[in-house]
Amino acid sequence: MLVWTIYISFLGAAGLVLLPRENRRAARILALLTALAGLALALGGAAQYELRATSDTRLDLVNLPWITDLGINYHLAADGISVTLVLLTGIAAVAGVLFSWNVERRTREFFALYFALIGAVYGVFLSFDLFLLFVFYEIAIVPKYFLIAVWGSTRREYGAMKLALYSFAGSALVLVGLIAAYVVSGAQSFDLLVLAKQSFPVAFQHWAFPLVFVGFAVLAGLWPFHTWAPTGHVAAPTAASMLLAGVVMKLGAYGALRVAMLLFPEGVHYWQNWIALLAVIGIVYGGTVALVQRDLKFVIGYSSVSHMGFVLLGLMTLTQIGLSGAVLQMFSHGIIAGLLFAVVGRMIYDRAHTRQLSELEPMNLGVLAPFAAVTFVIAGAASMGLPGFSGFIAELQVLTGAWGVFPRLTILAGVGILVGIAFMVRVWIKTFFGEKQTTAQAAAIHIEPISIPERVGACLLLGTTVLIGLWPGLLLNLITPTLGSPLFQPLWQGGRP
Amino acid sequence: MNASLDWVLPLIPEEIVIVSALAALLVDFALVRREAPAARAAAVGGTACLGCVAAMIWIALRPGGPEAGMLSLSPLTQLLKVVLLGMMLVVAVLSFGARFTRHIGEYFALLLIATAGLMLLISSENLLVIFLALEMLSLPVYVLTAFNKSSAASAEAALKYFLFGSVAAAFTLFGISLLYGLTGGLELGTLAGTIAEKLKTPPLEPVYYVALVMTLAGFAFKVAAAPFHFWAPDVYEGAPAPVACFIASASKVGGFFVFARILMEGFAPFHGSAGWKAFAAGWMPVLAVLAVLSIVIGNVAALVQTRVKRLLAYSAIAHAGYALMAFFGNSRQMLPALGFYVITYALTVLGAFAVVATVENGGGRDKLTDWAGLGRRAPLLSACMFVFMLSLAGVPPLAGFFGKFYLFTAALGGTTRSGVPDLGMLWLVVAAVVASAVSFYYYLQVLKQIYTVEPTEDCQPLCQSWAALLSIALLAGLVIAFGCVPGLLLGKLPLVLKAAIIRF
Repeated sequence: MLVWTIYISFLGAAGLVLLPRENRRAARILALLTALAGLALALGGAAQYELRATSDTRLDLVNLPWITDLGINYHLAADGISVTLVLLTGIAAVAGVLFSWNVERRTREFFALYFALIGAVYGVFLSFDLFLLFVFYEIAIVPKYFLIAVWGSTRREYGAMKLALYSFAGSALVLVGLIAAYVVSGAQSFDLLVLAKQSFPVAFQHWAFPLVFVGFAVLAGLWPFHTWAPTGHVAAPTAASMLLAGVVMKLGAYGALRVAMLLFPEGVHYWQNWIALLAVIGIVYGGTVALVQRDLKFVIGYSSVSHMGFVLLGLMTLTQIGLSGAVLQMFSHGIIAGLLFAVVGRMIYDRAHTRQLSELEPMNLGVLAPFAAVTFVIAGAASMGLPGFSGFIAELQVLTGAWGVFPRLTILAGVGILVGIAFMVRVWIKTFFGEKQTTAQAAAIHIEPISIPERVGACLLLGTTVLIGLWPGLLLNLITPTLGSPLFQPLWQGGRP
Repeated sequence: MNASLDWVLPLIPEEIVIVSALAALLVDFALVRREAPAARAAAVGGTACLGCVAAMIWIALRPGGPEAGMLSLSPLTQLLKVVLLGMMLVVAVLSFGARFTRHIGEYFALLLIATAGLMLLISSENLLVIFLALEMLSLPVYVLTAFNKSSAASAEAALKYFLFGSVAAAFTLFGISLLYGLTGGLELGTLAGTIAEKLKTPPLEPVYYVALVMTLAGFAFKVAAAPFHFWAPDVYEGAPAPVACFIASASKVGGFFVFARILMEGFAPFHGSAGWKAFAAGWMPVLAVLAVLSIVIGNVAALVQTRVKRLLAYSAIAHAGYALMAFFGNSRQMLPALGFYVITYALTVLGAFAVVATVENGGGRDKLTDWAGLGRRAPLLSACMFVFMLSLAGVPPLAGFFGKFYLFTAALGGTTRSGVPDLGMLWLVVAAVVASAVSFYYYLQVLKQIYTVEPTEDCQPLCQSWAALLSIALLAGLVIAFGCVPGLLLGKLPLVLKAAIIRF
């Protein structure tokens, strides 16, 4: 069932291309149906996974020979981490469609590219053949470029090209590492399960690991390769920035975990401290820069860099609790960042036509758009990591895991959380609770009411983060057993026997 | 009588093509001279197409054949001939709508003669015949480049092409004459034997290196590898678009194949090594320099181009560099990797140039900014261009991606130390991968114009001939199919390569 999440998205994209150009309503409905079908399949697939996963917590979906000359298989499978992220993608896709209900220009093309991206993302999360994973990873780049370049706002062509070039440069590094691993292993296979059993020479791991890890982590916003993220997010249309922050950044983190860390466990141990340092710099730097931004969307963009730092820090702890926190943080940040971008891009910018904090301040949006204000405050609270929301559990786990390994960095990361609270409070005050203004000015600003699709989308995302915040076991039951599976053993032991 | 038939039979496809060239001239001269240009082009072009199809059918019916003196007819050469004839067909179809010449009969006849030269080129085993076939290919192409008599650029391009080409040919001839003097033979087999003998008692006389480099220069020119690439941008830009199609695709395939044949057969024992810290004299280091120069120069120069044809020309230089990387693979992977890459590249670039030709026939120009909003004016054509550009950039699941992937894998796995892969060619692969990440910029520039920039003034649908559109769509389909299921082509290659590999 999980496999069909990929196919249904690509089919939806193809169907959208074939629709008549002027029929925007049909395009929207088909898009919503495709996204809902994807989410339903993801939920059904999760249930199926719970029932049918083998003892090593993996559910094989398809495994067919594809390119026999190089030992490449069409191998799709799922473990708990894949299922978690597929669920995230399903939810983010539905929310993204709901928040792009007002796209009037080239609607069908917009949604076609949107689903090409979603299909590729599902594909990455479900690929267990590294060639296949790479193929999906690259397919995801092209729609991103066009979504931003055609439908974007501030400096859209620059942002789109920067994002595309950073992505391609990252995947170039990954490609070199993958081919080198294939050649060195001599196993004549790109299958993750086969390659993860090979013991690569330690000297090889020492240079191959950073190559592949950094290649993927470019997309996860690893400092100092994060600069695409704020510009890309700001330039993107609402749905695209939701997807960028919501799932695309997770592609990077997922690839870093799935490929770089599982293939080169000794390499991870060798570079652990350095990458953790970069991650913590990202946390503090992202938060600090967000504190002084004038554009509301840049604040959220930099906050993404900061929050993704926790994911990378969690990965580098190399403890089960740290990794499970990292995966949970991927999910949690996907939901929360999606919501924040939705409020900023759709609810505020599309109505007030500005994102400058200084211009928003006198508008008194807290009164004019109460729904937006409430949503944004709750989303902000979730983003700060307050208890009761998913971010709290995730960051707590990451910090617990990190405390035992690098205590000094953990304290710095804790400071990063404080900065996170500070910039969010600043934005709350400036955007929604500015100084009172004269009624004449208030009457001059017309804010159209928040539409139904927006309300539904906001409730979906808010509900998810609260649900996971109150009942983290839903996802932890998927993640924790997977981290204990044989595939992950070399990672804990620092190498293969 | 029998003795003469032995000579005639293996060459029948080439003869069919030559005869159809004469027929094209005759049809034009005797039957349709007074008709309207469009009707003339259809009649003469139809004759040319018929000839190509007849030759293809003949090859399909008689795949293999006896060795015929200086020619070899392996399943591989036959497959390549079919591919070349197919490309020639597309070029002919594109020429139907061309308005650049009144000499329609001569135009098609020259195209066909060049094709026959290509077919001879890939089946010859003898340096002298290779040289003759090369000239038979080159001379008509020089003339064809100049065929747009109303354009100064066309004449300039032809002159440049001719001057560079004849100097390169002179170098090659000089190299061949040295080799003949040194080894006493012109057959590739005897050449390899003599060199192997000489290598047993090193050092090799320096004159062998001279002969090697001289011979290679001519072929590096033909495939437009840097630093022998200076003709390419001007010729691609100045030549009439269908001619540029031919030069960029069919002539490239032939050039690479004969390049591979000379190196892997004639100079087989004299390969040396270009591995990191394992440098050894031979043709590998020469090729490594050519490859890395082509990749860097091609990709960097393409970044600043403002015309689609020049952009494609520099991208072609870069792609020649990638293709040269196949030569560092081991014997099992080298030929399939090269074959897959060159064939799919030629299909892609043929498609891209066909799009350029169609846009020009429809009244557009090849300045990048003139392509603004093409996505609105010609949706299907633009979709095909989208496929071609992304395939050239190497985006999966298109053929260009797998071609590059296979090349890089082959090159990286080619060097071993005591049986274990030592990643000696990593430096070249890294250079190539980094450069190909850079290359996305300029391919995206083209797509950006087509899809994201709004058209300036007239948003009329572009007028396109259905035949051209059909063949372009077919090419795009092939690029997608070979990318998604490389086995379609790769599955065939090993079979036909088996015979060839035994020799190499």
